[in-house]
Amino acid sequence: MTKYTKDHEWIIVDGDVATVGITDFAQKSLGDVVFVELPENGASFSEGDDAAVVESVKAASEIYAPIDGEITAVNEDLEADPSLVNSDPMGSGWFFKMSIADAGQLDGLMDEAAYNDYLKDLD
Amino acid sequence: MLREGRPTTPEAIANDAGGIETFSGNRGLRIHEPLIFENGSYNRTGVDMEDAGAFETSLGGMDREESDINLPGYSEPETMRHFTRLSRKNYAIDMGFYPLGSCTMKHNPRLNEKMARVPGLSDVHPLQPLSTVQGSLKVMDELSHWLKTLTGMPAVALSPKAGAHGELCGVMAIRAAHEAKGDPRKYILVPESAHGTNPATAALCGYKVKAIPANDEGRVDLEALKAELDETVAGIMLTNPNTCGLFERDIIEIAEAVHAIGAYFYCDGANFNAIVGRVRPGDLGIDCMHINLHKTFSTPHGGGGPGSGPVVFSDRLADYVPVPDLVMLDDNSLSLKEHVEDGDANFGRMTAFHGQMGMYLRALSYMMSHGSDGLRQVAEDAVLSANYLQASLEDVMTRAFDGPCMHECLFSDKFLKDTGVETLDFAKAMIDEGYHPMTMYFPLVVHGAMLIEPTETESKHELDNFINSMRGLASAAKAGELDRFKGAPYYAPLRRLDETAAARNPVLKWQAAEAAE
Amino acid sequence: MRFLPLSENNRRDMLEKIGVSSIDDLYVDVPKAARRDGLVDLPTHASEMQVERHFNKLASQNTQAGSVPFFVGGGAYRHHVPALVDHLIQRGEFLTSYTPYQPEITQGTLQYLYEFQTQVANITGMDVANASLYDGSTGCGEAVLMARRVTRRKKAILSGNLHGQYQDTVKTLTRFTEDEIQILPANPAKPEADIEALKAAIDDQTSCVVVQNPNFFGHLVDLTDLAEVCHAKKALLVVVVTEVMSLGAVKSPGAMGADIVVGEGQSIGNGLNFGGPYLGLFATNQKYVRQMPGRLCGETVDANGERGYVLTLSTREQHIRREKATSNICTNSGLCSLAFTIHMSLLGQVGLKKLAMLNHKKTVQLKSALEAAGLKVLNTAFFNEITVDLGKSAADVVDRLAAKDILAGVPASRLNPKDSTLKNLLVMAATECASDEDIEAVVSALKGEV
Repeated sequence: MTKYTKDHEWIIVDGDVATVGITDFAQKSLGDVVFVELPENGASFSEGDDAAVVESVKAASEIYAPIDGEITAVNEDLEADPSLVNSDPMGSGWFFKMSIADAGQLDGLMDEAAYNDYLKDLD
Repeated sequence: MLREGRPTTPEAIANDAGGIETFSGNRGLRIHEPLIFENGSYNRTGVDMEDAGAFETSLGGMDREESDINLPGYSEPETMRHFTRLSRKNYAIDMGFYPLGSCTMKHNPRLNEKMARVPGLSDVHPLQPLSTVQGSLKVMDELSHWLKTLTGMPAVALSPKAGAHGELCGVMAIRAAHEAKGDPRKYILVPESAHGTNPATAALCGYKVKAIPANDEGRVDLEALKAELDETVAGIMLTNPNTCGLFERDIIEIAEAVHAIGAYFYCDGANFNAIVGRVRPGDLGIDCMHINLHKTFSTPHGGGGPGSGPVVFSDRLADYVPVPDLVMLDDNSLSLKEHVEDGDANFGRMTAFHGQMGMYLRALSYMMSHGSDGLRQVAEDAVLSANYLQASLEDVMTRAFDGPCMHECLFSDKFLKDTGVETLDFAKAMIDEGYHPMTMYFPLVVHGAMLIEPTETESKHELDNFINSMRGLASAAKAGELDRFKGAPYYAPLRRLDETAAARNPVLKWQAAEAAE
Repeated sequence: MRFLPLSENNRRDMLEKIGVSSIDDLYVDVPKAARRDGLVDLPTHASEMQVERHFNKLASQNTQAGSVPFFVGGGAYRHHVPALVDHLIQRGEFLTSYTPYQPEITQGTLQYLYEFQTQVANITGMDVANASLYDGSTGCGEAVLMARRVTRRKKAILSGNLHGQYQDTVKTLTRFTEDEIQILPANPAKPEADIEALKAAIDDQTSCVVVQNPNFFGHLVDLTDLAEVCHAKKALLVVVVTEVMSLGAVKSPGAMGADIVVGEGQSIGNGLNFGGPYLGLFATNQKYVRQMPGRLCGETVDANGERGYVLTLSTREQHIRREKATSNICTNSGLCSLAFTIHMSLLGQVGLKKLAMLNHKKTVQLKSALEAAGLKVLNTAFFNEITVDLGKSAADVVDRLAAKDILAGVPASRLNPKDSTLKNLLVMAATECASDEDIEAVVSALKGEV
């Protein structure tokens, strides 16, 4: 199951683990990504907390925790090669994985069709 | 017959070098200059001095080996040539038109440099007894008088080192004033068109920022502002004339509304050049405002500093001026209050010593040279020139807002829509035309913003040449001459630089090849 | 008006093009109540000669440092600056250029900033340095803020032997932030005791320890142990160097284990200028570079593959991060850093060491002369500054000597009047500018006072 936030993050839910990254639209808006600051393994966040930072040359953006939970893994490949966020935002450019404290929060997020409609309204 | 005659008319051969590579890698006046570390010698110095010889040292066993310092040296001629060659890779006001919006790149009179170097004023230590520096204190006193009179404000803090430091000084005074009343409050309101230092400053003072939207006329949306005003708001930070180059028409009403809830009005004075001698911020209800001496009063920008950002205060905040503060003693001599005493309202000290004295001297020399009449003419000519550019370009570029502008005019990138040319490309093509680009992508409230500030020190001839180039570029963009833009600049010392690579793998100092491995 | 090129005819033509009849029509957005018709109450314009006359008159009311025996230091030092430095920084291409936001036409500024960063990193013994801050004192405040970002702890401990105005600046800068600042008492006679007190004060809430070396009273202390204690408790060691010339003779802060080095760079290339503009040096280790304040210049290539330089990592800065920036700072001390870079290129390691040793020798000579005259000097390990206990109010003595045209030093009480234990202490600096006659004059005058 893939969900989206209004801040252009995606969440892929696999069992009780959610993987989080930014969408193609987001990486295009930022431009060439040069740095990603990831959370610490084991850190816990509430929905909406600053969890990570993604930077391009001219822009920087906070990545918010889309749901409550604890960080279970971070994508250390981004440290050496932040361009993965540009080249494969929905795949190898993922940011972190987190536990799902309250599955009900997922219902408040958009599915792919709703997100695509949301993007259309932005123009 | 003299035999030194030689051809003095160029032969009509190919116009360009046809790809000829020089053996040196240089191209005439474009000379490659290596780093000091690549060319200098680790055994050489370019300074002659007395040799200390052998003596019993008292360094506590912490002596440093020469090689540990790890710096090569140059002889004087090599140093001269190194930095002269570097200088020729720079664009500068002395060379040409520099219409960088919100930066006020005006001519820097050389008298000011001379005055800053008068030995009796420059070769003076900040901690000499005050009886031995009365001349310097008088400079500070005179500068204070000029700034207070021009702004119509009763108090001034000279010490802030630059504009952003002045902002910090002003917002700290606001916070100190609220704390004295028992509640620091929570928010600072900042228009979304503001310079980035404004929210950064508010955050340093422990405030949260609420952004106020702009209206269709490029000004603060008064109704939106009023909706945010309540007793949790400590103050507002507003630039006037604003970052769109417009005077905030409702400024007095804004001040009244801000004061009505017991908050304070901070004005970012970056754009004071448009109104100096014609409008006094004190008459607008402003409580404190920094003045960039390096903008309005022409102290040189120096490649990014040093600046100087004195702050003027209204009566409502005058008690909160930080130290050092000038004091007139009974015998008419000047003194400095250098410490916060118990019971003082002021919030402390912004910096060691007394601020940017070298800049005070330059600014005072500039002010005296212009006088009250010249400064008023400065504002008028700056505004006239900006409106002249706006009127001369509005049919080919897209004005962001209607009505007269102040000292700078703002265009959006709408005229480039569907041309494939972006604001950045347009700016880089201006480099090939021999100009420094305007400020771009700021303010954020206008898409692809281009902010042009001519200042009062450009001749009409220079303005007309610039207009001609800009009109030419606008036509070329519409005609689809993409190469002219996408590859620009072609005629600068370097082509476009790879900023992505610089940020992904930061190389911030030179290292010998083996050490860098 | 010599600075304004527009003629009355030009102005008329331009108004016509704009389509208004007078300049007042361009100020219509100013509320009527705030429009001023006449001139403000200030003198009208003046010729170059008039301005020069006025400034020369003001200058005559100062005692010029170079005209008298001069031993004033305390964070600003009088050194000889080679003539070439001032010539080069006045080249218009440097003087009248802006921040290098267009790298294609500002490689001159960018390359010297890169050279400057390398010089600062090397002399401080650190991995990286930024393109300068306002001055040493504000840099010191920025270091405290940075230590909080790095450690996520709030308590900074300041040595009491740190320059008093640096202490005040840190307190002010952090007054409204979450930081807690603990300042230990000054310890002018026993510098090692100050270090021991710092060690004892570190706990698991400490973000950093800020210590000056040579300290305000001129003492040199090896900070290696202190660095180890800091690191064992996961706090950062911030070393402040107000006399950057000392780095030519004294082991670098980096070699002692510093995490952040803050310096006042005025001594190299820059004059006294009554306290400003000066030059803030800021260096740290590679791993903290993204938490650093201020501008950074980095190497890259252009579209043709030629080497060049750009401002980089600017997402840390206010124009992008706004309220989340590492600092609100916008400018650096560009031209002062150029003066530093030029002077340092002339010196090289050979010249810097030689000049530093000459400073040290003059101060050793001053100390011997003071002791021979029966005066009490508190220092055993020092660079070019020492503290004398006069046994009576140092401020009074300094004033009396000033009346005799001798500038003997800084009374410690000037920076910290509330600490009565400092009342009799005079801090004296002897640089390469001090002649044998100057030393003789000040020692004999001091002897006459006590």
